[in-house]
Amino acid sequence: MQPILDHLWIIPLLPLLGSAINGLLGKGWPNKTVNAVALGSTGLSFAFALEAVREFLGYYEANHTAFIKPFFDWIVAGNFRAGFDLQLDQLTVVMLLVVTGVGFLIHIYSTGYMAHEGGYYRFFSYLNLFMFFMLILVLAANFVLLFVGWEGVGLCSYLLIGFYFLRKSAADAGKKAFIVNRIGDFGFMLGMFLIFRTFHTLDFAAVFSKVGELPPDAMGQLGTLTVAALLLFVGATGKSAQIPLYVWLPDAMEGPTPVSALIHAATMVTAGVYVVARSHILYTHAPTAMYVVAIIGCATAFFAATIGLVQSDIKKVLAYSTVSQLGYMFLGCGVGAFGAGIFHLMTHAFFKALLFLSAGSVIHAMGGEQDMWHMGGLWSKIKVTAWCMLFGTIAIAGFFPFAAFFSKDAILFSTFMKDEYNGKVLYGIGLFAAIMTSFYMFRLVWLTFFGEERFDEHKVHVHESPKNMTVPLMILAILSLIGGWFALPALLGGKDYFTEFLSPVFGVGEVLPESAHSLELWLSGVAMLAATAGLIVAWQMYGKGAKQGPSTGLHKILYHKYYVDELYQAVVVGPLMWLSRNVLWKVVDVGVIDGTVNGIATGTTAVGDTVRHTQSGNTRSYAVWVLVGALVVFAIIFWPILHPALFGVVR
Amino acid sequence: MVPTNYYLILSAILFGLGIVAFVFKRNIITIFMAIELMLNAVNLAFVAFSQSLGKTDGEVFVLFVIVVAAAEAAVGLGIIILTARNRRSLNVERVDLLKL
Repeated sequence: MQPILDHLWIIPLLPLLGSAINGLLGKGWPNKTVNAVALGSTGLSFAFALEAVREFLGYYEANHTAFIKPFFDWIVAGNFRAGFDLQLDQLTVVMLLVVTGVGFLIHIYSTGYMAHEGGYYRFFSYLNLFMFFMLILVLAANFVLLFVGWEGVGLCSYLLIGFYFLRKSAADAGKKAFIVNRIGDFGFMLGMFLIFRTFHTLDFAAVFSKVGELPPDAMGQLGTLTVAALLLFVGATGKSAQIPLYVWLPDAMEGPTPVSALIHAATMVTAGVYVVARSHILYTHAPTAMYVVAIIGCATAFFAATIGLVQSDIKKVLAYSTVSQLGYMFLGCGVGAFGAGIFHLMTHAFFKALLFLSAGSVIHAMGGEQDMWHMGGLWSKIKVTAWCMLFGTIAIAGFFPFAAFFSKDAILFSTFMKDEYNGKVLYGIGLFAAIMTSFYMFRLVWLTFFGEERFDEHKVHVHESPKNMTVPLMILAILSLIGGWFALPALLGGKDYFTEFLSPVFGVGEVLPESAHSLELWLSGVAMLAATAGLIVAWQMYGKGAKQGPSTGLHKILYHKYYVDELYQAVVVGPLMWLSRNVLWKVVDVGVIDGTVNGIATGTTAVGDTVRHTQSGNTRSYAVWVLVGALVVFAIIFWPILHPALFGVVR
Repeated sequence: MVPTNYYLILSAILFGLGIVAFVFKRNIITIFMAIELMLNAVNLAFVAFSQSLGKTDGEVFVLFVIVVAAAEAAVGLGIIILTARNRRSLNVERVDLLKL
């Protein structure tokens, strides 16, 4: 018996129902009713997901394959078929539990955070809709259905970033996110087209088994597989905010904080990593593409971390931190450690959701203030939030035994071992980024919770958040602590349970020699040292009370994010705007399109003006017209007879 | 027996006279009579063909034409009488209210 597994569609459908009910009917409802619908649908979805996973493990025990079930044909044209087919394998299991579990916690948190906001029903309707699309994305068994989820989460991201749509910056940020993602989606679609052209199908199972039969492209060769893999990766850079398309994510912080936690940290932005991991066979057959993924990931991890060092907005720090951590995940995938990449995806979902929600709690306590230079000394006032934030910080910095210690360590270790990709260099950069990660996170903690109070006590009434916000924080804090323990035995020379769990998907990794284990221990030690170094530097600079100094030199460049936004504005947006305004609008639209339409109207008027003079009102002229008409009819009818006769006369 | 051609030529002459009168005369009654003349020229041609081909189709058609002509005469004369009453004239040149 596998009731949920056979009706897998029910897991994504529940949030869709919740979204529809709240969105269509919820306008006048009290918050309690909206809560019941939104939490009920996501909670049930989570429960069903747990049950589906339990059933799947039994199914896998018996069959040793992924569970794939077609529900109905969606698009059928010739030999092309894209069905509503859902798939459950070990990779999906991880994603499914992260999405429904963390999503549910963030829904609970939102009931507290959004309690006094307008558009309460609208917020939850969007949030549920997001859950629906995200679940479609992770459950899809073919590229087309995955793309539906992919676009759907992009839409929800747009709607939620622009949730406070009366604020121009929020509306602009929503548009920016949407448009930048379009660029990535363009590459993604081209990748899908190329895959369909090559393999005549878009079903994951069929495509990947066919890819597996092909010989891999050689390093440096741009074969079909490499191009397809790179095009898919373009899509991933858009959705997962990698260089060069990362610019939308920091701006996306205009959305409400739970949205930043759910969409722009824990789930949606990891979709790119998921796609790369899902298509891992394609990537392992395209070493060039893998190398590109690794370099982009490593560069992003470093680059975003440097920007994060100096930001003053608490959410901006976390946003750049997210970009940086996503870079780590791609680095892991790029060096072939897909399991480690997904592992980091999961732990990141826990601790980054925790950090964002804690930041939201701080902002809530400060009455909307986001600038860390206007905080300070909050430790004793909001103890629960502060402890949770500290847990998240220790976790992301990578201290033993918190989650990121294991996942980041796994990625860095795999990178170190990957000699053909200059693994040692990538490792060095990644390690330096880890130092910076530790630095900016502890800087955030010190600026926010310690030092003197840099706000007006009488104006800001600092208060701890209600239970429905702090309880999800505590749960996430615990998860951030224990989320990495699957890999704990590996440290002691045993098995890494997480990688082993995913091995049916990614295959069993090469068996490393005994000496590798001691090397891993050494590298773990180095990583701990790096985290400690970041901590110490942060304490030196900010631990003893800090003043916001003038921004000069390197600090200024970092603070302005390397002027990348300005560069894009000048190189891409500006010329496009010029082209749109001066060519597409004033020439093509006004000249060609409006010209054609107006020209037809003017022409018709002119013809009518000329011809109307035949309508003289004179009965006898009408009589002549009747005669002429009769003659014409006569001529047409008798033309076949008259024609040779006339020619005969002329000749 | 008179050859069919003679009838046809007579029919064509009558029809041509009708056209000329229809286009050039100004009196409504005359124009009306010109139309009747053309109808009857056609009738003549029908009967002539009917006779020469030994079929009755043409004669049947003539009956139809006569019926239509009668109806037309009834409506047309009605219009003419109203026009004459309103304008105190039968000159078509002065009936030009349909001008745009």
